[in-house]
Amino acid sequence: MLYALLCYNDEDTVWAWDKAQEDEVMGRLAVVRGKLERKGKLGPSLRLLPTTAATTLRKSDPPLIIDGPFAETKEQLLGFYIVDVANLDEAVAVARELGEANPGGSYEIRPLALYNAGADLRVPA
Amino acid sequence: MSADLAWISAAITAARPQAVGALLRYFRDLDTAEEAFQDACLRALKNWPANGPPRDPAAWLIMVGRNAALDGVRKRSRNTELPSEEVLSDLGDQEERAAERIDAGDYRDDVLRLLFICCHPDLPATQQIALALRIVSGLSVKQIARAFLVSEAAMEQRITRAKREVAGGEVAFETPGAVQRSERLAAVAAMLYLVFNEGYSAGDNPERAQLCDEAIRLTRLLLRLFQTEPEIMGLLALMLIQHARTPARFDAEGQVVLLDDQDRGLWDRKRINEGLALIDKAMRHRRPGAYQVQAAIAALHARAAAPADTDWPQIDALYASLERLTPSPVVTLNRAVAVSKVRGPEAALEMIAPLEDRLAGYFHFHGLKGALNLELGRHAEARAAFDRAIALANTAAEAAHIRQHLDRLMADHPAPATGAR
Repeated sequence: MLYALLCYNDEDTVWAWDKAQEDEVMGRLAVVRGKLERKGKLGPSLRLLPTTAATTLRKSDPPLIIDGPFAETKEQLLGFYIVDVANLDEAVAVARELGEANPGGSYEIRPLALYNAGADLRVPA
Repeated sequence: MSADLAWISAAITAARPQAVGALLRYFRDLDTAEEAFQDACLRALKNWPANGPPRDPAAWLIMVGRNAALDGVRKRSRNTELPSEEVLSDLGDQEERAAERIDAGDYRDDVLRLLFICCHPDLPATQQIALALRIVSGLSVKQIARAFLVSEAAMEQRITRAKREVAGGEVAFETPGAVQRSERLAAVAAMLYLVFNEGYSAGDNPERAQLCDEAIRLTRLLLRLFQTEPEIMGLLALMLIQHARTPARFDAEGQVVLLDDQDRGLWDRKRINEGLALIDKAMRHRRPGAYQVQAAIAALHARAAAPADTDWPQIDALYASLERLTPSPVVTLNRAVAVSKVRGPEAALEMIAPLEDRLAGYFHFHGLKGALNLELGRHAEARAAFDRAIALANTAAEAAHIRQHLDRLMADHPAPATGAR
């Protein structure tokens, strides 16, 4: 079975960490990740840039682009895509295309701070 | 226990602008607001380790601070019974939510107002910065004094004077209209950039370099509250990309390393990526401004893997639009650097010649003039300009950097025997 672990915390606090704090936490996480990686249990792991860097595409008709993160509380996180694009315009274009294929809801478009591909995991057949 | 304290102090720091801002709106007096917040923090220190963190620390601190200050008033007027400490510290979720409802709509203007009162036009830049660090960031007078290399007593006095100035001024407490809000945002953005530059100009002093992080933190907060402002996106991007270079800006001896000579592998890619993402976002608004243009210039440097890859024609064009947006001799001087790369040192010298009068006392003017003359093999002119630059240097690192040029020049082309040096 594959599980996603979604990380939540107060970004104001986390992004205000100084280098020493940052290195300490990242060091501790690297130990845990390393253990999982050696067992081939870790897929992609990533860190998002702050919500201030986010743009949201509301999949209404016509789609609406909003500065900032997804802020509704009546909809739930259903999944996500990682795309490699040249800039925000291209990311928005991808979101629009996906939105046409699957209307309703929103895509929050958020740049990544870190990305580790991890093991090539498969959902058990 | 110490882990508790670290968490609490981080939460209090993060909540401070919003909490003090709301308390200021409530009490309409800065000292009362600060005291109320102080009281709330003391209660948080007692209460949070035992009861765990509240869901919304800012709302908790506002509610408790407000009650504490009102108690003070009641106590002074010898009125009826006081609510017990337990009642105050045991704020249930319900009360918290109520506090949030009261304030949520005003939060962003509260924070903006708190930052805006530090921009009082009668306060010199250094006092605006000191005041913001004291009341918005909550740094201690001792910390601020250390950053400014003055005694604690002197800084205490400066901040007290600045507060008096602010208290005497008119502060509008009603919700600002659109025009007033954008005026406030512009003033606050300028003040935050001052805080950043205070830190950036002193990169060899870690105490002051921390001001860069603080300016970034406050600007990020401002952008979270005003998410559709392209200039605030631009300002945050500018700060992030400039600060990303900090690890490469000074060598082991604390000497300035110029952009061309910096080890680009030391640049902080995470900050750069965040900056680039923010510029992308800002540009979609098609409302250019000075911070966005400056951020775009910084981004072009950040995108070049090596100095030779720098897109100088584009930088020249961006400086040209910056000259239109905010005409100033310093902007033209910066443009001249790009011009020297695109059209040669001769053209750049021509461009800065008319600035001589206005920039006669400006270190960078003479530094650039010397470097351009040096490139053209005009050694006497180069030497004279470098001498002038050294005399005007603001920091030891600046002076040492020019002296390197001068020493090399002297070794290769000794001054004529009659030449005065």
